[in-house]
Amino acid sequence: MSTEAGPAIRLSGLRKTFGTVEAVAGIDLDIADGEFFSMLGPSGSGKTTVLRMIAGFELPTAGTVTLSDRDVTRLAPFERNVNTVFQDYALFPHMNVQANVEYGLMVRKVGKAERRQRAAEALATVRLEGYGDRKPTALSGGQRQRVALARALVNRPKVLLLDEPLGALDLKLREEMQVELKAIQREVGITFVFVTHDQEEALTMSDRIAVFNQGRIEQIGTPAEVYERPASAFVAGFVGTSNLLTGTTAEKVLGRAGVFSIRPEKIRLNGAAPSIDEISAAGRVAEVIYAGPATRFVVDLDAGGRLVAVQQNQQTSSADVAAMRERPVRLTWHAEHVVAVPVSEDPLKGE
Amino acid sequence: MSAVSTVDRPVGGATAAGGPVRRLASWLHRHGWVRLTALLSAPMAWLVVAYLGSLAVLLISSLWTVNSFTGQLVREPTLDNFRTIFAEPVYRNVAVRSVAVAVAVTIIDALIALPMAFFMAKVASPRVRAWLVIAILTPLWASYLVKAYSWRVMLANGGPVDWLLGGAGNGPGYGLTATILVLAYLWLPYMILPIYAGLDRLPNSLMEASADLGGRGGRTFSSIVLPMIVPSVIAGSIFTFSLSLGDYITVQIVGGKTQLIGNLVYANIGAANNLPFAAALATIPVFIMIGYLVAVRRSGALDEL
Repeated sequence: MSTEAGPAIRLSGLRKTFGTVEAVAGIDLDIADGEFFSMLGPSGSGKTTVLRMIAGFELPTAGTVTLSDRDVTRLAPFERNVNTVFQDYALFPHMNVQANVEYGLMVRKVGKAERRQRAAEALATVRLEGYGDRKPTALSGGQRQRVALARALVNRPKVLLLDEPLGALDLKLREEMQVELKAIQREVGITFVFVTHDQEEALTMSDRIAVFNQGRIEQIGTPAEVYERPASAFVAGFVGTSNLLTGTTAEKVLGRAGVFSIRPEKIRLNGAAPSIDEISAAGRVAEVIYAGPATRFVVDLDAGGRLVAVQQNQQTSSADVAAMRERPVRLTWHAEHVVAVPVSEDPLKGE
Repeated sequence: MSAVSTVDRPVGGATAAGGPVRRLASWLHRHGWVRLTALLSAPMAWLVVAYLGSLAVLLISSLWTVNSFTGQLVREPTLDNFRTIFAEPVYRNVAVRSVAVAVAVTIIDALIALPMAFFMAKVASPRVRAWLVIAILTPLWASYLVKAYSWRVMLANGGPVDWLLGGAGNGPGYGLTATILVLAYLWLPYMILPIYAGLDRLPNSLMEASADLGGRGGRTFSSIVLPMIVPSVIAGSIFTFSLSLGDYITVQIVGGKTQLIGNLVYANIGAANNLPFAAALATIPVFIMIGYLVAVRRSGALDEL
């Protein structure tokens, strides 16, 4: 889309300390033009602080923020060509939807006719035509979310920052909005930086994901890379279910020392005998969690350690799976689904 | 129902001792109006008898007169007192002056309180904020008279204010300006606190959103912050306005020859011994305040009190 050489966003050596707390401990990151980029991590991992430094709400303690080759580290939010969708939407309650969407254009002294037209376009993009006269309080959560999106998009920013925008919505609406956000991003073609703590959300929407932990990035990669080749035990545990074989368990089951991750849906419960390139381990079902379409079995291995296996409920009912509790089982999985997780050597990061 | 709750309770002494109490509680639960009556009878009696009652007495006695020879009360309703107030320019002038003082005090307080409250709510660290709240509240514990008299000393001819302004006679001295100054000082906390509370409730994200959309500080203040805290400012103004309108002590201490409605009421109760006329004068601020409250009712300010 753009002719500029540099990436849409470049963060170099970015740090932020609040008092004695180091919220962001050195981030280097390039986000390409037109990318849907997610920053995923637990609360307190520094992802929101990074977003706020890109927006200009926080000044970095050290490091630089570059937007399309322009150093904006010390610039105020109103001097940057980025817009933010806030977690609480931050719609102006004393203005109607139309005035909210037009606010950015009005501040920048865009003429009234153009304002009207662009606001109408933005509201059409988020499927809210005809809602201009409503006050934000007269809208549902999902509609407020869309107004916030339209209010940001109407300014045609280079980059749109989204701070957990779907966090306040119920599951159904959240899944709808995920699909819609992705569609809108493809349509307008601008860079989206999306902060979330929901790994599924990050996996389904993103071109690339950065997994944050304790103010650092643990891994950057495509959803498939992050999910299938976790670069650390933290990523393996945070993205998906933590299913690790370590220490003596790993040696007994896999015949190798180290830390290994196996995704729960790759594990077969009982069923056909293991073939030549499969690995199996015996254990006992400790817990059965029936979740509608699938059931999660928590299995204590005879070799020590614990694995979770997810099975589709294609043939089984809730009564069938409940009867599995306390039963001895055999877990089987394909050897290629065992992923060696690099063990962090950094002594500072000891738990 | 009671059987179920008895089973729920831990077995033992509680059940035996609590039996009648629990039965009473359960009976009260089923008869909501009895509970409500018990709860509200004392405050309602206070409100009706002491508060509305005294206001009614004020209104009724403002319709009486005093026999100018004997000084005896004449309990015959007449509008003579109000006729005098509206006919005599001196009373009209005093009423207008009183309102003007109240308006001036309110504006001055609002201008000082807005940046102060903004700093407290949005800029200061929690530590600094706590100290500022204390600094604002502490003067409220000091006696009104002490504060007014200390201003009298400060404003005295050749006093500290004169000295600060470069010599004797440069300060405002005693008079209308001094009255406004001292009243503005006295009622300032009543303006700061509601505005502070209003700003405290204003989410930071709204100001961030305005900046994010290109609004500089001034634009964010005038388009977002101010419209959102207008109800708080009006709530504060109800305090500063009504307190200024009814004041007569500060005027006596630093006002020189200035007279406000309060002084006329005071003079008619004391020296002139004309209680009905004092009552009639006292209804003026009451009606002005009722008018003001009706005017601001629609702004939502009354929810801020």
